[in-house]
Parts: sequence; structure tokens; C-alpha cells
Amino acid sequence: MKLLLVLPIVVPLGTAALTLVAWSSYRAQRVLPLLGGLALLGSGLALLSSVARHGIQVLQLGNWPAPFGITLVADLFSALMVAVTGVIGAAVAVYSLLAIDAEREQFGYHSLLHALLAAVCGAFLTGDLFNLYVWFEVMLMASFVLLALGGGRPQIEGAMKYVTLNLVASAFFLAAVGILYGAAGSLNMADLAVTLDSSNEPGVTTVVAMLFLVAFGIKAGVFPLFFWLPASYHTPPVVVSALFAGLLTKVGVYALIRVFTLLFVHDVAFTHGIILVVAGLTMVTGVLGAVAQNDFRRILSFHIVSQIGYMVMGLGIFTRLALAGSVFYIVHHIIVKTNLFLVSGVVERLRGTLLLPSLGGLYQSRPLLAGLFLVPALSLAGMPPFSGFFAKLALVHAGFEAERYLIVGVALAVGLLTLVSMMKIWSEAFWKPSPHEAGAAESYPPEALRLMIGPVVALATLTVLIGLGAGPLFNLSLEAADQLLDRNAYVTAVLGSRS
Amino acid sequence: MELLLAVVVGGLYAAGVYLMLRRSILKVIFGLALIGHAANLLIFTAAGLTRGRAPLVPRSGAVSASDIADPLPQAVILTAIVISFGVMAFALVLFRRGWEAAGTDDTDAMRVTES
Repeated sequence: MKLLLVLPIVVPLGTAALTLVAWSSYRAQRVLPLLGGLALLGSGLALLSSVARHGIQVLQLGNWPAPFGITLVADLFSALMVAVTGVIGAAVAVYSLLAIDAEREQFGYHSLLHALLAAVCGAFLTGDLFNLYVWFEVMLMASFVLLALGGGRPQIEGAMKYVTLNLVASAFFLAAVGILYGAAGSLNMADLAVTLDSSNEPGVTTVVAMLFLVAFGIKAGVFPLFFWLPASYHTPPVVVSALFAGLLTKVGVYALIRVFTLLFVHDVAFTHGIILVVAGLTMVTGVLGAVAQNDFRRILSFHIVSQIGYMVMGLGIFTRLALAGSVFYIVHHIIVKTNLFLVSGVVERLRGTLLLPSLGGLYQSRPLLAGLFLVPALSLAGMPPFSGFFAKLALVHAGFEAERYLIVGVALAVGLLTLVSMMKIWSEAFWKPSPHEAGAAESYPPEALRLMIGPVVALATLTVLIGLGAGPLFNLSLEAADQLLDRNAYVTAVLGSRS
Repeated sequence: MELLLAVVVGGLYAAGVYLMLRRSILKVIFGLALIGHAANLLIFTAAGLTRGRAPLVPRSGAVSASDIADPLPQAVILTAIVISFGVMAFALVLFRRGWEAAGTDDTDAMRVTES
């Protein structure tokens, strides 16, 4: 079953390569990515079920024993993330067939998409810090090109800001890796967990921890490092925004959770205290930023920031239930956020704009689409019975248990403000009468949009299912949290029982 | 030697940050490049300097760890240099396109995505 660990990386990478080779055939350019997306979904789910049944899976690449070679590790958290990446990959691959123009397809859009998916899965699966850096760079390179591809001035300017700030984050990451190697003499995460425990220089460890917090914080878009996100996410084609919104910041959150549960737990009161403060400020600034916006996608972009706060909040509280809440929140958020962006893409296709003042009347002309917007929107705001309710419930419950009342208050208030701004989109874009002549700009018959509506329906169904049957996924999240807290199990799985 | 390299690394970081805070996009690129170099030298210094020894175990076999230079930081830096080379090439082209599209190299004028 070792093969399952490499499949989520090899499948999209192979798809990217094959699509490039089939450059001249328009048909192959469209069929291959679709198959690749579905294959990634399949391999992600297979990995998840294998990890859920047999526990942490480890693969030593090239058969080099653990601290010397590159290790791939899949614990339940990693496997869940890979499976969700598969879901998003498949949804976006289908959606792109209709949403991406022929010119972008010609310039390798589909290859880049799959290269990005491969890098995201690689980052989730690696057990080596420097390897994590490499996957981050692969991911950045693919996202740089996707962001800038075929763009006019706004897209290029957005890309410049994105590129600059992400390169600064990479420099921080690299410096932190260097200092950590100097202090501990290893870059294998399991090996580091052992060495750092016996380290007699907690000061150096804390400094390195803070460097990682800044590096991953920029990638995750936490306060006060999120400025690149609202400046760039609304510029590329909607489907690219959807993919970025779902996955990229979450890789940063994943990396934060990984290093702050496995490596830097020597001074939890200090490091995780800072994380908790950052989480609260992230929620508040994100949601307040969204209130001021008047563009469908910009409101959604600011909400990514505010939602990142919730995920980091679980890490800051640092109990079993809180971490389970974070894991659950990430899974829920990736699906819901991608879906909201995909809905905005359909709206843009129908009306040619995403500015709220010029939208309206969509409930009357497209009641189904309006319903499909409401599901993820209410879920994002944490309304029962959708997935977001249970995610927030777990975090709030964990906050009460840990007696962190302030952050719980902030989380609840921000949830309310989220509802306000979702309702703003609802009333402006869907409910109010259209400002134009009746039916002016809607030339699309419903069946022409099938390829775009299909993934939206699938993701919305998933949101409802997670909401109605929250039990199984929540149990998985609890187990994932147990694995995150039980560092010895991770270390033993990677290094063998010698330590 | 460590002290000298520490000063060099600090100087590179300072210069890089200063350049990145300027308004011209060309200087931002130079700043990014300098910060990348600083990070590489930092890894080299932090991992420990070994003078005059190759990172190879001699054919005669057993040696103590202090007799050979640590090969891992060198491999790490080499990888980082290759990556930053690719990223820099992309960034240069992107910034040139930005300059063409905006008609200026002033970052203060590049605000169409923020208003």
C-alpha cells in the first residue's frame, strides 16, 4: 500500500506532463485534465481510507533510512487534506472546461492547474522541512503563472504584489530552515521533534518558531500579513480564484498546524498564546474588510482572511477538541469557499459583472442558482444544519472548555458579521430587482452552463451531507487531533522504534 | 570567519529590505534577490563552517565527523539557488510586463486592484 502515498503527487504531475506533451491536440488537452482530476480524487480517497484503517503510513523515498532521505508521511490530517484536494481538483477540472477561454487553454492552463495540485499534495504529504520548502516553491511557481496568465493591467498588478510578498515569505522560511538546521542538525520533522525536545537552548527554538510563524503566516494570510490576498485574488479568472481560495492559504494553515503541534511545543503558553491573539485579530480585520467592499469576489476574498482566523484559533487553544475543530473547519471551509467562488463565476458568466450595484434579480430569473448560493453562504456563516455550524460549534465548545472566553466572543461576533455580509450579497445580487431592463443580459440557455453548474451542485450536496451527517467526519477529525497530539506515534512511525 | 559572514548576511538583509521599500519596481527585484542571497549565506553560516575540507568521506574510510564538511547545507543551498534563479527569471519578466501595462515603475501608481 506504499504506492498510495506517491499517487496523489504522481497522478497530477503525470497529468500535467502528458497535457503538455499533447500540446497540439485540443481534444487531449481537455480530456486528459478531466481524467487526471478524477484520478486524483480517487487516489486521495483511497489514501484516506487506508490511513483511517491502518494508521500512519510512511514511505522512505529511495529506501534511504529516515533522517537521511526524504520521507513521505500520511497521518489522518494529511490524508484528509489530500482527499479534499482531490475533491476540489476534480470540481475545478470539470468547471474549467467551460469557464476557461481557448487562449488560456492554449498557453498551458490545464498543465499548470495540475502542477499546482501536485505541489499542494506534496506539501501535505512530506515529512521533511526542506522538502516542504521545495513543494511550496513548486506551488508558488504554478500559482504565479496561473495568476498572471493572459491578464491585463489589473491581473499583472495583482500578480506582482502576490509574487513579491510570497517571495519574502519564502526567504523567511529558508532562513528559518537554515537556523533550525544549525541548531538541531536535522531537517526531518520526526527527527527534529526528538532533537528539539532535548535541546538546551529554548531561546533559539522560540526564535525559529517565530520565523516559521511569519513565513507560514504570510502564506496563510493571517493578520497582519494578509495584504497580498485581497489585492490579488479577485483579478484572475474566477475558477483560478476559486482554486486559490480553496487550497493555497490552507497549505499555509496546514504547515502552521504541523510545525506547531509536532516541533514547537516547548513553550506553549508563549507561542500558542501569540497564535491565539493573531487568530482573533485575523477574524476581526477580515470580516471588517469585507463589510466595506462592493464586489462579489472581493467580499469573498476578505472572508477567506477572516475564516483563516477560525482555523488558527483551534491551534491557539491547543486542546484535543480545538484541534479537531480546526481540522473539521479546514475541510468544511475548502469545500464551501471554492463553491462560493464557483457560484460567483456563474453569476459573472450570466451578467458580465460582479459589481453588486449592477447585479440583481437573479432570484427571479435563476431560482436554482440562488438556492445553490444560499447553501455555501449560510454554511460559511455557521447556520445549522450546514457544515459550518458544526465546525464553529466545536471551536466555540473547545474555547469554553479551555476558558478562553474572549476569543469565543470574538468568534461568535465575527460569525454574525459574516452572516451580514453574505446577506448583503444575497439581497444585492439575487433579491433586489435587476437595475437593467428585464432579462437584458441573459443570453445563456440553462443547459449551456451544465459544466459549470455541475461542480457547484456536487460541492453544495457535499456541504449539506457534511452538515446532516457530521458525525463520521467529526470522529475522523477527533482521531486526526489525537494523532497530532500524540507526537511519539508520529516519531515512531517515521524513525522506527529506536528512539 | 563566522563573525565576518554574520556581518555580511546582516548587511545583505539590510540592503535588501531598504531596496524593497523603495518605490521603483526594479529596486524591489534587486531587493528580493539580495534577501535570497542573504538567506543562502545564513544557512551556510548557521550550519557551521569547516575550513579546507571537502564534504566527502575519504577512500581510506573511517573519519570523525569534524574532519569533513557537512554536505547537507551545501545541497540545500544549491537547491535554493536553482529555485530562486527560476523564480527571479519569472519575476523579472512579470515586472517588465507590469511596467509596460502600467506605463510607470512607481509602485505607488499601481493601485488599480485596491480601489
